[in-house]
Amino acid sequence: MASLAVLFAPSMTSITSDEIRHTALLARLRIEEKDIDARTQQIGAILDYVAMLQEVDTNGIDTALQVTGAAHVLRDDALREEELASPDALLACSPLPVIDHQIQTPSAHG
Amino acid sequence: MNPYALTIAQAKQLLTKKEASAEELVRSCMERIEAVDDSVNAVVHRNFDGALAQAKKVDSHPEEFGELAGIPYLAKDVFCEKGVPTTACSPILQNPTYTPPYSSTVTRLLEASGAISLGKVNTDEFTMGASTETSAYGPTHNPWDVSRVAGGSSGGSAAAVAADECLFALGTDTGGSIRQPAGFCNVAGIRPTYGRVSRFGVMSMASSLDTIGPLCKTVEDTAIVLEAIAGKDPQDATTIDRPVPRYTEALQKGIKGLRIGVPREYFAEGLHADVESSVREAIRTLEKEGALIEEISLPLTKYAIATYYVICPCEVSSNMARYDGIRFGLHSEASDSLHSQYVQTRSRGFGTEVQRRILIGTYALSAGYYDAYYRKALQVRALIVREFTEAFEKVDAIVGPVSPTPAFKVGAHEGDPVAMYLEDAFLTAQPMAGIPCMSIPCGMSTDGLPIGLQIMAPQWHEETVLQTAYAFERVTDWHTKKPML
Repeated sequence: MASLAVLFAPSMTSITSDEIRHTALLARLRIEEKDIDARTQQIGAILDYVAMLQEVDTNGIDTALQVTGAAHVLRDDALREEELASPDALLACSPLPVIDHQIQTPSAHG
Repeated sequence: MNPYALTIAQAKQLLTKKEASAEELVRSCMERIEAVDDSVNAVVHRNFDGALAQAKKVDSHPEEFGELAGIPYLAKDVFCEKGVPTTACSPILQNPTYTPPYSSTVTRLLEASGAISLGKVNTDEFTMGASTETSAYGPTHNPWDVSRVAGGSSGGSAAAVAADECLFALGTDTGGSIRQPAGFCNVAGIRPTYGRVSRFGVMSMASSLDTIGPLCKTVEDTAIVLEAIAGKDPQDATTIDRPVPRYTEALQKGIKGLRIGVPREYFAEGLHADVESSVREAIRTLEKEGALIEEISLPLTKYAIATYYVICPCEVSSNMARYDGIRFGLHSEASDSLHSQYVQTRSRGFGTEVQRRILIGTYALSAGYYDAYYRKALQVRALIVREFTEAFEKVDAIVGPVSPTPAFKVGAHEGDPVAMYLEDAFLTAQPMAGIPCMSIPCGMSTDGLPIGLQIMAPQWHEETVLQTAYAFERVTDWHTKKPML
């Protein structure tokens, strides 16, 4: 399945400005039109560089998600004794209005 | 000697004998900062009132504190400290300036030990960089040649220690960000095993690669600080429950019979001639001290940067998602939608390099590309881990250069991100494997620029790294040299 994905994926070394625009949308970033070409070229150069990883034979190799053996670390579902910061102190960090211990944001419905 | 020029070990002796006070040490560092920081630009937030208040507490009740009582330090601008501005040197945490309502675990450990926080030092924005040039506060200048960079991303930390603005500094190392600036500035800097030191309360960049470590004037000082900050933290699930050795007591062991590997791939074309000769001379010194040197091969070295520059941006794209101007950060003009609020805040608040890494990470994780980029990089990471494991079956430690060249000029890599990434040539494989490694001074270029020696050991073998470094430092004097400021 992994090898099929590589076979059918678009060329790894030719990112287009449309793909940059789409990626920016996903990342909640706006790139000015005047900067799109430069950004596309720079990111393309980075992707060209990292494409060398395709040379490495990784057949049958598991992904390394962690390297110190710490996986599925659990703790007791118990209240911490010491409060690190009060809710009000945390809310005070917001640049938006805080009403009734809640941060008021623009509408999610646009 | 001016108090600001003391090492931690020297200052501790004077404090114990009551020949110096914490307040004197703090005032001396404060004066030093005022005298030199205009040309170095290391310090970004001053905590002088807080530092004097803490110093008075330590002086009046020293018995309530620990090994670092009275020792002034500076922290990279990503260590949350209650009441002290902490902004990751990014516009997105300014206007209003983010002032944390809590402290990182390491900050709390140092406070309990009696160390005194003087404030925050410069970093590349969100620690993304190898030169401290992407900081919202402008670049930190190398105290050895102010037309050159101090390295990055812990450039402020390294420069501050080199310039004697503090007795030690805190840094972070994700892909070389402690070791490289330490090498450029002639100070000691250690990247401990991943999971050795808690990352709680430290602004994350790449969560499987970030580590915390001290930058100090000597190897002994490094051992003192590491002892104080290492250990399991319930608030950081990636810290491992292993006892913290008395690193200071292990220093003197010596390296007789220690098998040290020298990877041939670290001495390939492109290595600056002065770096090669200094590092080879350092290896001869280690041999004279009793180490058994042998050449080894780490063929995956050339893929380490590429592996890092896939995994790191992917993790960055996730960690940077929280910076949306809602719970903290940049105030944006009233938006009519949440979506445009996010876009406005993030586009104005993040610098070019941060945005670039977010874009690469988002792309590499997106549907259709995930397997070819991210999954592939994680497989290569597994191979790098295996390569180190196999190497450490034959040798106890590995040494080599820190950087391909000494410190480069400010602006040298402008507009060329790949050229900047190549500065990390010898520094990105170790984070893949989570192994401890350190940079110590080992020479000077013909231009009078510092050159660092990198020492690596298997996971949890910080003693081996420190013993090797100490054995070298004991019979050389590179670490005693100071820049003229």
